[in-house]
Formats: sequence, structure tokens, C-alpha cells
Amino acid sequence: MTVTLSGPGLWYATRATGLVALLLLTLGVLLGVLTAGRFATPRWPRFLTAGLHRNVSLLVLVFLALHIGTTVLDSYTSIQLSAAFIPFISSYKRGWVGLGAVAFDLLIALVVTSLTRSRLGHRAWRFVHWSGYACWPVAVLHGVGAGTDEHAAWAIDMTIGCVAAAAAAVAWRLVQRWPERRVLRVSMVMLAAVGVPTVLSVSGYGW
Amino acid sequence: MSTELVRRGPAAPPPAIPPYRPPQARLPRLLAGLSYYRSVGLREHEHRYGPIPWRGHSGRERPERLIDVVDRSGLTGRGGAGFPTGRKMRAVASGRGPAVVVANGAEGEPASGKDRLLLTRLPHLVMDGISLAADAVGAQEAYLCVHQRETELLASLADAADARYRAGIDPGPIKIVGIPGRYVSSEQSAIVAFLGGGPAKPTFAPPRPHERGVRGRPTLENNVETLAHLALIARYGDGWFRSIGLPSATGSALVTVGGGVARPGVYEIELGTSIGQVIMLAGGPTERPQALLVGGYFGGWLTAEEAWEIPMSQPTLRAAGAAMGAGMVLALPVTSCGLAETARVVRYLAEETAGQCGPCVMGLPALADALADLAFHGGRGRATGQIQRLLPVIEGRGACRHPDGATQLVRSALRTFSAEAQWHDQHGACYGVARDPLLPVPGDEEREWGWR
Amino acid sequence: MGLEMSITLRINPIMCDGHGMCAELLPEIITLDQWGYPLLAAGPVPRPLTGLARRAAQACPTLALLIEETRPKHR
Repeated sequence: MTVTLSGPGLWYATRATGLVALLLLTLGVLLGVLTAGRFATPRWPRFLTAGLHRNVSLLVLVFLALHIGTTVLDSYTSIQLSAAFIPFISSYKRGWVGLGAVAFDLLIALVVTSLTRSRLGHRAWRFVHWSGYACWPVAVLHGVGAGTDEHAAWAIDMTIGCVAAAAAAVAWRLVQRWPERRVLRVSMVMLAAVGVPTVLSVSGYGW
Repeated sequence: MSTELVRRGPAAPPPAIPPYRPPQARLPRLLAGLSYYRSVGLREHEHRYGPIPWRGHSGRERPERLIDVVDRSGLTGRGGAGFPTGRKMRAVASGRGPAVVVANGAEGEPASGKDRLLLTRLPHLVMDGISLAADAVGAQEAYLCVHQRETELLASLADAADARYRAGIDPGPIKIVGIPGRYVSSEQSAIVAFLGGGPAKPTFAPPRPHERGVRGRPTLENNVETLAHLALIARYGDGWFRSIGLPSATGSALVTVGGGVARPGVYEIELGTSIGQVIMLAGGPTERPQALLVGGYFGGWLTAEEAWEIPMSQPTLRAAGAAMGAGMVLALPVTSCGLAETARVVRYLAEETAGQCGPCVMGLPALADALADLAFHGGRGRATGQIQRLLPVIEGRGACRHPDGATQLVRSALRTFSAEAQWHDQHGACYGVARDPLLPVPGDEEREWGWR
Repeated sequence: MGLEMSITLRINPIMCDGHGMCAELLPEIITLDQWGYPLLAAGPVPRPLTGLARRAAQACPTLALLIEETRPKHR
């Protein structure tokens, strides 16, 4: 395809759709953790959490399609379509873009197995679904490395916010799953006590 | 390719009488060659019973299909379920792929001793049955399963199977397998799962083992007593088998009699023999019996009066609220407490769940607690109500019949000991709870906890 | 009487983990016992609830709720 579009419009679209996809993916991970953790209140039934998790994850695919589409169409960086599926073959920022391909492949696997769950059987589905915990951090790293806004404060805040939310959800789930392990709770608290100031100072907030 | 092993000798005139002569007396049949001191060896076995009857009992040129003979004999499973054996064999034979035969000698019931007797004293009768069944359903693998801690038995059975295979008696080697000693591990689908390499826990049906069993093949699973009967039916025919017993429950069966009787042990009876006669066979009660547990821990309690005249067979016992089970009759004297005995057994059953199904895992311990309250601590007037509310929430909601067996036992206990239950609920434990337990529950040192 | 496919629900108790989503989606047929495990009302699913029943089976996190298609006997 030799459509060459240039100008900042596509670049803005790539960044915007990428960021929204990351936000939605984080939300999807949160909802997934809440589903597995059987979160419910008298007015918020479990099928709602599960249904939202499903729909948000499908929405991520929509934004990813736009993100990839605008990236490929943007002649400024000349990233070919296959680089979205096959990691580490693009010439532009090979490593970081490659991570995006990895995350995308994992997401495809997650969605396809989830849509065919009844035919696949529970065990096979569950085996693949664990890779969600790999997909999300890889996507975050892709954003940090391949994204062109890495110095903008709002982008940094957003990334930190996503990481914090996901970390909190996972911590909640671990503590819920093994309530008798005090070691777990103590190490979570210590990690937070050390990690939060570190991250804040590294990101440039200072004291 | 024919799966029947046809042994052709030189052309001879057809024999005037069948080559296998059945015993004259009605009983014993299975236990005819029994010795109290030693196992019956291969040569003695062949001398008494003749070689494996590959050509069937009639000795005709065209042997009848064994499955048809077994069908007509009315043989039903002797492992507890009582399913018609011929029908099971037919289903496996028409299944897809080469079949597997599994002989269940694991005898999970602590109170039962018949399978052990057969395997220690008359192993070749059982192995004849295995080979005949394997040939009849087109199986290429045969297993004989016992508890894995029975190391001596495993070794002696392995020797016997090896000797038979080397002598050319069995067309294929019978593999002797030790399975975990958990209570539910001797259940049909649990053994099938274990032989396929998994844990010895019951599985969800469908598919049933006769459709897809060990490694996906149609599997014929039978109790060792059933296969021993099959070995005799193949020699003496279905008419002989049907000549004793009832029309709806043909032949003979092994029963284990225990509890308060003079000579506890394994006896062979005609099906249809009344429970009272069975107790007298075992020397009669040592004290006046108040109740009888018929059918083991998945059976039911009956009062001594009502039980005495009831014929022992699956249909008649089911109608009375008990079961044939693996053929156990335990006599409870008047000085014992039936509720205490039941409470102990249900506690054991609650500890022996496979841990797979929520209603069983949660329900049986709750049931055991409520029964213990009733029997030992006094129910404060609420225990029987609690038990009655738990029973419908537990039964029918597991993947196997383990919770159903427990609830059936408890229902029969509340019915048979209803007066005692009312008394216990108001006043607490009676004097009978202090008596030594009569129903066997394995002690901690004998218990196994693994599934592989 | 036309030949109508009716469905019955069945639970695989080994896979069931007591999540309870089925009871949320189909309270007319499924209730939970005191431990959170499902109790099914007996008999086939009434026709108006068939769609919800299928949705409940899809929603089960462990695929423990099973749909069995039964064709009633042709009169």
C-alpha cells in the first residue's frame, strides 16, 4: 500500500489511541482481578464485573486497531503492518515497538480463547488466560519506550496511575487468596513503603 | 479379525455330555474349592474346575457368545451397584476402539471382606473371569486392582498372573495394580482415572467408563466376585447359575456378616436367603440384636424384627429402605447405640470425600457434626431438625454417590432409631455410646491420605 | 404439539466453585445453598427463559453449568 499521509494528525491519533488503549487495558485487568476475586456488593452483582471485563477488553481491541492503523499509515516512521504482529522486525525503535507486538499477540490469544471458551474447555482457557498478567506490563513498557510523550508530565502521571491501580488490585487479590500468610501482607506494606517514594522521586516529583 | 480365541484340536466327535460338570450341591459354588490355610494354586484350580472354557459350557463346535450366556444368566454386579453384567459387557463390546477390562478388588468398605477372601484364596477363579471377559468384549488390556499397601497380596497376585501368562492360559498378561487406599478411590470412575495416570478421584459422567474409560477406551469395570461368577457361568452355563436364587436376583453371592454375631466372616448364600437365616449361618447373634446394618456404609439400618424375614437381594432390600451393597450384614446388639455408631461412620465418610464437590465437602462435615451433637452431646432439641434440613441439600449434588450413600445411611438411622433419636435430642447421650464401637472405621495408623 | 427443543440445565459439581453468577442471572431457576453452591429447580427450562439460561451457562467462570438439549417425545 503506498498511501502516504503525513502531518501531525496521524501522530496525534496514534498517541491518543495508544494511551486510551492502555487505560482501557488497565481497566480490563482491574475488572479481571475483581472478577476472579469474586467482588460483589448488594447492588453490584458479579455478572456485571464479568460482563464489563469482557466488553472493556473487546473495546481495547478497537482502539488497538486504530492505534496500529494510524501508526502503519503514518509515513513518518514507516512501520509496516506485519511489525504489529511479528515482534522486533520494525526499523523504528525495534525493541519498544516489538514489545507492542508481543502485547498485541498476547491480547489476541486472550480474546480468541475467551470467545471460544465453551469449545476449548475450562482448563485450556485458564492456561492461556494467565498470560494476561504478562500482556499488561509489556504494554506499559511499550508505552514508556515507544511513546513519544515520555517526558510529558501528564503521560507520566497516567502511566504511574495505571501501574499503581494494577499493583493495588494484584496486592488485594494476593492477600485475599492467602489470608493466613502474614508474610504476604507485611511484604506488601514494605514494598509500598519503599516503592512509592522511589517511583515518585524517579519520575521527578521530588519531595 | 475374530477376537475369540478358538483352540482347535484334531477333529473329534462332539462330546456326549458337556465337558464341565457343575457341583451337585446347591452351595457352595464360589467357595467350593476354598481352603482356610492356603491359596488354591493353578494346578489345583485346573484340576477342580478344568481349563478356561474358551469354547463355552456346551462344548459344541460353534461356541455361544459368552455375552449372551451371561445375559441369560441374570448375573448382576456384586460390587454394590448391581448393574446387569451382560448388559455392561454388551455396551463395552460395541464401544469404539479396543476395550479395557478392570477387575475391582480394592474393597473400599472397611466392613467387607469377601473380595479379599477371593483374591487371597481363589485368585485363579477371578483371573479366569478376567480373561474370559477380556476375550468376550475384545479387550487388549486387563487390570486387577487392589489397595497399594497390600504388598504381599500384590506380590502373590503378580506371581499368579505371571505363571498363567507363561503357561499360555491367559492370552494377555493381567496387570496387577495397587491403587490408593482412600474410600472413594475404589469407585469405578476413580479407578479408571487412576489407571489413566490421574489421581484416584471419581470423575463427572458423562462419559461413563463403558463409553470412554481408561485412556478414552471403552472400559469394563467389574467387582472381582462378579468375575469369579462369570468364570463358573462360562463352564456350567446360565441355566445352572439361575437354578438358585430368585427370578429377579439369580445365583449366589458372598456376604460378610459381622457385628454382634458368634462367627463373623464371609459366607456364600443363595440370593433370596432371608437376613435372619444369614445371621444364623454366622452362628447367630451374641446378644439380642436391636438393628441390622445391611449393605455396608452405603446401605441402611433396619430393625431386627423387620429385617429378619426380608430376603437378601438388591430389589427386596431397596424396597425395604436398605441396599444389597457389597453384601454386608452387621448386627447391632441392644446394648449399643445405633446413633453413636452412625455418627462415627459419617465422620469417617466426611473425612473421606474426594474434596471435589462443594455440597459434599461442606455438607458431610456439617452432617457429621450434627450427628455427633445428637449422639454424644445432646441435641438441645434441635439436632434432628438440623439433620433433616441438611439431608436434601447434600444428596444428589455430588459427582459420585458418596454423599448419597451417607445421606441414605443417616435417613435409615433416623427412621430405625427414631425413638432413640428423640430421646437423645432431649437428654443427651445414652449408655450405649460408651460401648466399644462395633462398626469398623479404620484407625489413623491405617489411613492413607494420598490420591496417587 | 410441535417438535420444540427444550433444554435442561445440569451442573458439573467438580468444576463448580460456587461463584454464583448463574444464580444472579437466572434466579427463577437457580438458587444458592448455605455454602454458595447452586440448587437447580427440577425439570426443563421454561421456554421464555431459554436465552437467559444459555447466557448463564456462558457466564459461568468454570463452565460448570451445562446445557442439555432434550427433544420431547413426538406425540
